[in-house]
Amino acid sequence: MVRFILSKLLYLVPTFLGITIIAFSFVRILPGDPVLLMAGERGVTPERHAELTAQLGYDKHVVLQYFDFLGRLLQGDLGNSLVTKKPVLTEFLALFPATVELGLCAIIIATVIGVPVGVLAAIKRGSWFDQVSMTTALVGFSMPIFWWGLLLIIFFSGILGWTPVSGRISLMYFFPDVTGFMLIDSLISGQSGAFRSAISHLILPSVVLATIPLAVIARQTRSAMLEVMGEDYVRTARAKGMPASRVIGIHALRNAMIPVITTIGLQIGVLMAGAILTETIFSWPGIGKWMIDSISRRDYPVVQSGLLLIAGLVMLVNLLVDLTYGLINPRIRNK
Amino acid sequence: MSDATVKLSDAAIRRRMLAEFWFYFSQNRGAVLGLVVFLLLVLVAVCASLLAPHDPTMQYRDALLVPPVWEDGGRAGFILGTDAVGRDMLSRLIFGAQYSLFIGIVVVSIALVGGIVIGLIAGFFGGWVDTVIMRVMDVILAFPSLLLALVLVAVLGPGLTNAMIAIAIVYQPHFARLTRAAVMSEMKREYVTAARVAGAGNLRLMFRTILPNCLAPLIVQATLSFSSAVLDAAALGFLGMGAQPPAPEWGTMLAEAREFILRAWWVVTFPGLAILISVLAINLMGDGLRDALDPKLKRS
Repeated sequence: MVRFILSKLLYLVPTFLGITIIAFSFVRILPGDPVLLMAGERGVTPERHAELTAQLGYDKHVVLQYFDFLGRLLQGDLGNSLVTKKPVLTEFLALFPATVELGLCAIIIATVIGVPVGVLAAIKRGSWFDQVSMTTALVGFSMPIFWWGLLLIIFFSGILGWTPVSGRISLMYFFPDVTGFMLIDSLISGQSGAFRSAISHLILPSVVLATIPLAVIARQTRSAMLEVMGEDYVRTARAKGMPASRVIGIHALRNAMIPVITTIGLQIGVLMAGAILTETIFSWPGIGKWMIDSISRRDYPVVQSGLLLIAGLVMLVNLLVDLTYGLINPRIRNK
Repeated sequence: MSDATVKLSDAAIRRRMLAEFWFYFSQNRGAVLGLVVFLLLVLVAVCASLLAPHDPTMQYRDALLVPPVWEDGGRAGFILGTDAVGRDMLSRLIFGAQYSLFIGIVVVSIALVGGIVIGLIAGFFGGWVDTVIMRVMDVILAFPSLLLALVLVAVLGPGLTNAMIAIAIVYQPHFARLTRAAVMSEMKREYVTAARVAGAGNLRLMFRTILPNCLAPLIVQATLSFSSAVLDAAALGFLGMGAQPPAPEWGTMLAEAREFILRAWWVVTFPGLAILISVLAINLMGDGLRDALDPKLKRS
């Protein structure tokens, strides 16, 4: 197992270096003078330009610049935002819990609904339930989620007035930021109604973000179950006279879950892309909205480091998925 | 008795293959429905200027936010109503079909050609060439696709052409990986060795001998990428990074409609519905293609 983990980690090193090269080159291929773009200044005197060039280290050879960049990165220095002047890492860490909270809720909704629906559709293959659920899943899979979010706002916020349109909690409530997770913070603040407000703000964005993963998980669970149910050992279990619930629950489901867990893990990248759209629609103060705002404000240090952090994060999650996969499936581990 | 085998001409073999393909494809009712909707969409896009009742960019100043014809205050001249600056929704939707199909075709073509060439080289030559190429593909795949496309558009500048290039770059590794995997399994077959012994050069082996036998998974992936491209281009348009106003691109139309969502439901509902229907039709077709082209499923 240790060898398996080490080989996976080693495999990641070139990918991570590739990511840093892309993030590093990003600023240098932007149209315009990279010094001015990164300093966020315009129309400077030649003296000031030379000063900035030296300050940013742009007077060195490009390879040296890359190693400087890598060195700063390893020390946790990701530069400062041009707009807020705060370190990018501080901003990222402050906004990150909001995205995690949203993403976790979405993946929980997607799994809790998607897996049972997929299993049931497989067991009742060809039934009306199978047809309706798989058609719905295909519609969900094809959904432009930015439009889906707007429709839900029209219906639940506009017509029914049940949910708020944007933000994480009503402005009425104010409490210290303990964990960064609004659901937990509102609960421990003890203010009546705060938790309710946090939930009502979270529900629509989570549903929107969960839509595509839910469809993918339901479809994948169904096909994994169908494949497993055609295997010899399931037929043997049935032939032995085992009750259907035991055959499905113990023999089929456990084996079908292996590809499903991978699918769930691989949805993290999909969630991150979805978070960009969902957070923009619901003005959810997370990483996705932060990236969009930074791109439109031309806050390039934030875009550069944000890109790096998000790709690094997705890479780490994929590594964890790989390791889990090896843990539950010895055939992969011993390859 | 004479020899029972009948020698078929190439054209006859091709006809039989097509007939077999259609047999499996038409078993899937959803796929046939998807194909019909897709063909209708193509028809609408091709005949847009004949079908559209108005110019898609013409602003009727006396008809701002007119609701659809069946609502109170609707007008017969504007069947699906008008937007905030008085443009006919129906005409804009019809012309929007041109954008979506164009985006899908361009993105898939660039990604497919790039991915096939890269994947063929990696799979055919193997060794360090393969390692380097696949590591680069891994790096591209490490970024969430929409985020990388957004950043690429930020570098290239907002606009439809750049959005298409960005999406194609992001999709290309999927094709490269598929081609490589297919090439590697085909390389072990005897017909490849036979062709090599017969004196076929590398290029001939790659493009004439091996590639035609790797096409099935690529066709399925191309269909799926077509629908994702339509979706991602609309998302970029929605975020202001794709097609720029006043282009009647569906995502851009949604972005312009956002501030009216609680006042005029039609400006939001119809463009999204158009995106959903097109993407759904293409995905249905993709499912049918996979069933028809996957030999494992055929035998069962």
